[in-house]
Amino acid sequence: MRREPPQRFPDYGPLMFPAAMLVVFFVIPFATMIAVSFFERQQGGFYEPAFVFDNYGRFLSLFFGKVLAFSLFLAMAVAAACVTIGVPFTYLLSRSSRGTQIRWLVVLLSILSLSEVMIGFAWSTLLSRTAGITNLFAMLGLMDAQALTPSFGAVMTAMTYQALPYTVLVLYPALVRLDPTLTEAARTLGASPVRAFFTVIVPALRNTILATLIMVFIFALGSYLLPQLLGRPQHWTLSVLITDQAIYQSNMPFAAAMAVFLVLVSLSLVGLAVYAGRQKEAA
Amino acid sequence: MSGLILSNVTKQFGTFKAVKDVSLSVPDGTFVCLLGPSGCGKTTLMRMIAGLDLPTTGSVALGGEDITQIPTHKRNLGMVFQSLALFPHLTVGENIAYALRIRGIDKAEQKKRVDELLAMIHLPGFADRSVGKLSGGQRQRVAIARALAISPKLFLLDEPLSALDAKLREAMQVELRQLQQRLGITTIVVTHDQREAMTMADTVVVMNGGEIRQAAAPVDIYRRPADSFVADFIGSTNLIPFQADDRGQASIFGSTIEGFSLVGAKAGTISVRPEDVQIVTEDASSVTGTVAFIRDLGGTVETFIEAGGQQIIAVASPRARPDVTIGQTVGLRFDPETSVVLAR
Repeated sequence: MRREPPQRFPDYGPLMFPAAMLVVFFVIPFATMIAVSFFERQQGGFYEPAFVFDNYGRFLSLFFGKVLAFSLFLAMAVAAACVTIGVPFTYLLSRSSRGTQIRWLVVLLSILSLSEVMIGFAWSTLLSRTAGITNLFAMLGLMDAQALTPSFGAVMTAMTYQALPYTVLVLYPALVRLDPTLTEAARTLGASPVRAFFTVIVPALRNTILATLIMVFIFALGSYLLPQLLGRPQHWTLSVLITDQAIYQSNMPFAAAMAVFLVLVSLSLVGLAVYAGRQKEAA
Repeated sequence: MSGLILSNVTKQFGTFKAVKDVSLSVPDGTFVCLLGPSGCGKTTLMRMIAGLDLPTTGSVALGGEDITQIPTHKRNLGMVFQSLALFPHLTVGENIAYALRIRGIDKAEQKKRVDELLAMIHLPGFADRSVGKLSGGQRQRVAIARALAISPKLFLLDEPLSALDAKLREAMQVELRQLQQRLGITTIVVTHDQREAMTMADTVVVMNGGEIRQAAAPVDIYRRPADSFVADFIGSTNLIPFQADDRGQASIFGSTIEGFSLVGAKAGTISVRPEDVQIVTEDASSVTGTVAFIRDLGGTVETFIEAGGQQIIAVASPRARPDVTIGQTVGLRFDPETSVVLAR
């Protein structure tokens, strides 16, 4: 079937509704936020229209620089962990029987139904000293019961747990479509199954893996509850500070400025990743 | 003993036996076609030779060594898949060099071998092309070159030509056969196309229901089929029931046929190729039939004759066109030399 680009204005008709929704629920709020980021804060939690750069100037400090760096690092670490676990897992899943695949997918989808708060409290219990998994090891005499939270590891674990279902759902269609004889061909040519996985499956899925990394990265960047529930203050992300400024300090202009800055930084990183991907493909 | 030897190989999937107790010996340097209808177990048999599936029982030996338990990647073989399975992220040259790269052969050596192979498949200078931009026939050649990169002892092809159009397929069959003869490599091809098997193979192995029905040279398969399945599957044939009396004298459709001596059989089937059916004037030593339809295809003339409640087809060249008309009663004669008495 040949698709023609729309010729006349009425041909764009079907796009009107989604375009309107996008304007009302995305463009207007985001534009408002950009505007507010330049406003001046009034004592008492209000702000008045102005055009000042104070809000942006305020986080040109070592403290906010560190928080931003940590946020980006955490999001990248979560993305890397999810892909490292997700690709081999989804590969094995796509090669297993239909029944096994459905059971696993149902379990993964059910994780999506859990709210971030529930995930956070569940992990804080699991990693606690009094009721946590270390008690099992203590019963086996392997170690003493101890608290594993708050810590960086706890934040990473919970965020990876939360993002993994998305990772698998993005990778699954691509891996199912991948010709299973590719691995077999690699094996007849002398590659062990593990070698075949790294020399054929992973490179053949390079673009899918890159897209998954970006998706999990952005998803993790927005996480603000888990770092608070499971981490120490030094594990708080920029999203936590934005929430803090917006809700508790009632400093909307500053929160807006941080949010806009975070969007810009993450967009430029995504752009960089896509550009790097294109470069390698062309080479 | 050298060559490939399969001994009592059986493969069972659940309760279904895909391959039943198959034994086969393939001497070095021969070209064997595994031929049969879909689901006959030929692909499963090839996958067991490649090590992609493990036999439930039985053993596979190559060059005198039992390789049943050796994993695929240590068998040093070349295989072309039905889907070709070219690696989409690699160029033509990188695809061909894959087996060499895995074995850690140095870059200069790899490049030399790739150029050699590209020349062999008549695609010189294609090393840097993307595999996605090749035509069907070119992809086919690249898959063959990739499988032959390490000069394997055994070359396996699973329905290699099925994706090509008819004309290209015929050309590739000839090319593949010439390549195999030049390299002297032991080759096994799985196919469901009997013309393909007849064109290429030294030995055709006809399979059905997971068993080998006959393994012989193409001409013998055609001239001396072992059973009615083989006779019917290879080319077209007339399968005609017969009875024999105590003296071994055969009769077909009630007419006694001279010249057939059937030892030990009371009843059975004879297979007569359409080109071996002779149309004669009705007499005592012929089978009586009525001409039902004549099909003139230009190159050949097919005469359909009703006899004994079944249709018998006779094929002749236009010069030897039988002088008959529809509805005419004729005699049919089957030469004992060219008719085959089938066990079942």
